[in-house]
Order: sequence, then C-alpha cells, then structure tokens
Amino acid sequence: MIQALFFYLFAAVTIASAVMVISSRNPVHSVLFLILAFVNAAGLFMLVGAEFLALLLIVVYVGAVAVLFLFVVMMLDVDFVELRQGFMQYLPIGVLVGLIFLAELLMVAGAWVFAPEATATASAPIPDPDRVTNTLALGQLLYTRYVYFFQVAGFVLLVAMIGAITLTLRHRASVRRQNVSVQVARTRATAIEVKHVEPGRGL
Amino acid sequence: MTALPDFALAGPEILLAVGALLLLLLGAYGGEKRAGFVSGLSALLLIIAAVAVIVGRDGTTFDGAFVVDGFGRFLKVLVLIGSALAVVMTQRFAVAEKFFHFELPVLIVLATVGMLLMISAGDLIAVYLGLELQSLALYVVASFHRDDGRSTEAGLKYFVLGALSSGMLLYGASLIYGFTGHVDFAGIATAAASGQASLGLTFGIVFVAAGIAFKVSAVPFHMWTPDVYEGAPTPVTAFFAAAPKIAAMALFVRVVMEALEPVKAEWQQIVAFMSLASMILGAFAAIGQRNIKRLMAYSSIGHMGYALVGLAAGSEAGVYGILIYLATYLAMTAGAFAVILSMRRDGVMTEDIDSLAGLSRTNPMVAYLLGIIMFSLAGIPPFAGFFGKYFVFAAAINSGLYWLAVIGILSSVVGAYYYLRIVKIMFLDEPKGAFEPMGGEMKAVLGISGLFVAAFALVLGPLGDAALAAARTLF
Repeated sequence: MIQALFFYLFAAVTIASAVMVISSRNPVHSVLFLILAFVNAAGLFMLVGAEFLALLLIVVYVGAVAVLFLFVVMMLDVDFVELRQGFMQYLPIGVLVGLIFLAELLMVAGAWVFAPEATATASAPIPDPDRVTNTLALGQLLYTRYVYFFQVAGFVLLVAMIGAITLTLRHRASVRRQNVSVQVARTRATAIEVKHVEPGRGL
Repeated sequence: MTALPDFALAGPEILLAVGALLLLLLGAYGGEKRAGFVSGLSALLLIIAAVAVIVGRDGTTFDGAFVVDGFGRFLKVLVLIGSALAVVMTQRFAVAEKFFHFELPVLIVLATVGMLLMISAGDLIAVYLGLELQSLALYVVASFHRDDGRSTEAGLKYFVLGALSSGMLLYGASLIYGFTGHVDFAGIATAAASGQASLGLTFGIVFVAAGIAFKVSAVPFHMWTPDVYEGAPTPVTAFFAAAPKIAAMALFVRVVMEALEPVKAEWQQIVAFMSLASMILGAFAAIGQRNIKRLMAYSSIGHMGYALVGLAAGSEAGVYGILIYLATYLAMTAGAFAVILSMRRDGVMTEDIDSLAGLSRTNPMVAYLLGIIMFSLAGIPPFAGFFGKYFVFAAAINSGLYWLAVIGILSSVVGAYYYLRIVKIMFLDEPKGAFEPMGGEMKAVLGISGLFVAAFALVLGPLGDAALAAARTLF
C-alpha cells in the first residue's frame, strides 16, 4: 500500500518535472527540474529494490552530469527565446518523432508480452535479491563474466579521449603557460624590483 | 571462485592493445620528433600481430564472446596486412601535408584492435563494442587534418551518420535479445531454430543488417562513402578502403551465418537486394566521376556488392568466394592507392583522373602496374579480380540465384568502362608532365600488389586451400 503511494508520488513528480524541463523559460530552471527528475527516478529504482542503481543515479547524474550541465548553461550565452522561435513550426515533426520513438520503446518492451518464453531463457538472469546484494550481483557480472566487454569499453573511452585531444588541442604561441621550474627557481632578487620614487614626482 | 578466462586466445588483440598504449606513452613523452619512430613501430606491431594470429590456436573464450576460428584468422591476417600497409603509406604523405602527429598511427592500431574484435565477435555485445572501438577511431582519423575544411567535414559527416547506424544496430540487437533472450550467437541460433521467426526477430534482423550495411557501405546505406573518401586525407582513404571494409564484411558473414542461420529466408532477401543495388550503383555512379578518390569510393561500393553476392548465396562456396574476393580486393586497393598517393606534381597533390594522362611515357613501370590493377578491378582474366568475381557468381548460381549472378555480370561490364578509361588516359592521351618520383615504400607496395594481382593464378592454390579451410569452419 505505502509502496504504491510512493510509486505514484515519484512517478508523478518525475513526469511533471520532465515536462517542466522542456517548458520552463529559464534554462537554469530547466536543469534544476532535470535534477528533480533524476532524484525521483532514483526513488523509483529504490522502490523496485535496485538500491545500487538508485544511488549511482544520484552520484553520477545529479552529482556530476547535472552540475556540469548547470555550468555549461550558465557559462554559454545561449538565447533560448531565439532558439524557441520555430517551435510551433516544427511541432508536427517533433510529435511524429516522439510517436515513432514511443512505438519503438513499446516494441522493445513488448518482447515480454509477445515472446514471454524469451525471458525464461535469458542468458544472464537476475539473481534472487534476497540472497545476493545489488552491488555483488553487478560486480560478479561486470568484472568476471563481462570483463572482456568492460575492458573494451575502457578502450572505447580511451580512443574518445585521444580523439578529443588530437582534434582540439592547439599550442598557441600567444597563450602563456605555467612553467613550474621557472616558478620554483624564482628568488627574491629576480622577482622583486625596488624603485626609488622621488617625493612629489610620481612614477 | 570462478576460473580465469583463457586470455592467451586473445593474444594478438592484447598484444596490439598494450602495444598501442606503450606507443601512446612513447609519443606523448617523446614529442613530435618521435612521430616517425612511433609510426614504424606501429607497422612492426601490426606485422607481429599478424604472425601471432597465424601461429595461434582455435577456440572460444570469455563465455563465448570471443571466437577464434579459421574464418576469423584468415580475415584477421588480411585486416592486419591492410592496416600495416596503411601505416606504411601514411607517413610520407602526412609529413608533406603537415598533419603528421604520432596519434595517427596509434589510432590506426586502436582501430585495428576494434576490427579484430569485430571479426572474433561471438556475441552481440562484442559486436557492438568492437564496431564502436573501430568506428570511433576512424571518425577521428578521417578529420585528422584538422586545418583542412574538407577533412573536418568528412569526419563530422562520418561521425553523425555512423552514430545513426550504430543506433540502428543497437536497436536491432536489443530487439533480437528481447525476442530470443540471448546475446550470444549460439543461443540466438538455438532460439531462432526452435520455431517460426517471430515478427520482433525479423525487425531486429532488419535493423542489425542496416547497421552493418552502413559499415560495409552497401546501397542504400552508402551515401557517406564518396564524401568521406574525397574529404579525408588520401592515406586515410587508403586505410578506409581496405581494412574496415574487410572487418565489417567478416562481421556481416558471422552474424548472419552463425546467429541467424536458421532464419536464412529472412535475411537472404535483404542481402540479395543490397548486393544488387550496390553492384548497379557502383557501376553507374562512378562513370561521371573526375576525382579519383570519389571514383574509388563508388568502386568500393560496387565491390562490396559483388562480395555480398557470396553472402546472399549463404553457402560454404559463397563464404569461400567472399574470402577470395576480399583478399584480391585488399591487394588491388593497396596498389591503386599507392599510385594515388604519389600523384604529386610541382609539390601539389592532384586527385584529378586526367592528370594521369600519358603516364605510360613519363613513368611506364607505374603505368603498366596500375593498368594491371585496373584490368583486375574490372574483373578481366587472368588477373586476380576475375577469380574473386568468378567464385562468388559460381556460388550464387549453385544456390539458384541466377538473376543475381546475371545482373552482377552485366554491371561488371558497365563498371569495366571507367576502369578501362583510366587505362586509356594513361596509355593513349598526351602526357601532362611527370609526377614527382615515388617514395620507396610506395614502389614496394605497388610492385608487390601488382605482382600478386598479375600472378594470382599461381598463388590461388595455397590461398584457395587456406580460404576453403577457413570457410569450412563456419559450417
């Protein structure tokens, strides 16, 4: 009973704040509503017994991603009123894309309805949550059985990092860079210059 | 306590991955002056990995996600040779055009790791991760000449369309998983064999086929190819034209032959259509091209169409045809790009086909070798390209796909026009002045590939035996 109550509470707030993310005028408010949506989604995870995912959602999405968003939104001077100019004009296409997306999601989820026997043959079934904790279950899958995928995913991220650096890092001569050895080698004699100012004349 | 998986089976891949990390450190600490050294070591590393693949053993590891078999080893050797040739041919060009950094060979090695993982994939997750590792490195490599607008455009275009195709592949994979309950190929095959192909599984097959078709640039997912080939720096185009195509084709063969063999009727018509459309488009669209890189792009679309004929046949003979076709395609592409990379006159690269005019008088040796390669690309006996086409068409006829074989032969006749036009320009037109002398490594690549193509009938025996043994492992 109380679980159902919380489910409806979390679900309603998630959907309401998701609507506010796209409809609020101030982009900073949008990001704050996004954080609210994340926290409520974490609550939903908690209700189904996935406490590890719930906390991960808060740590990673609220703690890192949303804060990063907030920084970007505040630092970039994006005129959101101007961005919204063609909103009504593109609404039909947007609705169409949304409907297609909904149909695709239903198809994926529909596998349980159309092919119920498939879940019985699942290759990595969820262990009984009463015996194995979330963290242990994920760790066993990720670091033993799927260690190969884990490592390859690491390499994909490495390639992304190398790519970002090679394509954007430029060594401009005009940019002053920190030179630690020069900084450390500074002495009082090289750093300070004593000027004799004659009274009444200024520099 | 679970036992450790058998890491030794993935020896060549681990060697390449660790080697790439070491080369990255070497480049990062050694600075730009070590770039040439890193490039040389990368080529050496790829060759060592090829040897390791040849002497390696067969088996599966990582819970069936990583498969080493004769089929995979044959194609891995081809991919490693293709990548090594690309690394060798890159340096001189990139230094002359002032975009050579040590990351370029390292990224090629990392992309090659992705290709090897694709070829060895025994599981849909492995398919996706291998594909992503390869593609992500390729996107960066395509826009590596970052001060050149065309290169940046090529990279961006490739990235956006590639991300879309990866999304389709992933969506299809999730449908297949949802309707069979398995991500490993053996499990999918068992689940698919146990009944009529459900609608969801068919949807999944369509999306996965679309995603992979994008990577092999089969029509109707070919649109990116000419623009990316033209815009990317030429040595990068040479790389794109060979190794990634072979890896993607290997992946295509493995997914449909191992996982989806029981529902052959579902994918056979998709593959047959893509093969047909690619052959026709490759033959007709290349006719009007003046830029040799665009011409090679359409040529590669056509060639992938011919290779897909073997896949549409869906038989052991078909896979044998694909293997021979890819081996000859690698040799022909490497040779052709060795010449394209040397089309430099007065310090400026040209990509215009007409600038080859009169090559037979200014540099007869190159003209004869390129002529042989063009005859081979057109599929004229006794050169290598003829045998590749012969085996795939023979397989199609044996599988009863007469119309596919007939249209394939007709479109290869149309395609012969633009290959032979290059021969005509080289031998019959008035010279426009000599190119700058070719680099030693280009001469070597052109010489070896020209000889391989010309004397293919002699090496067909041992190569054919290896390909036959490789094809047999899938059945």
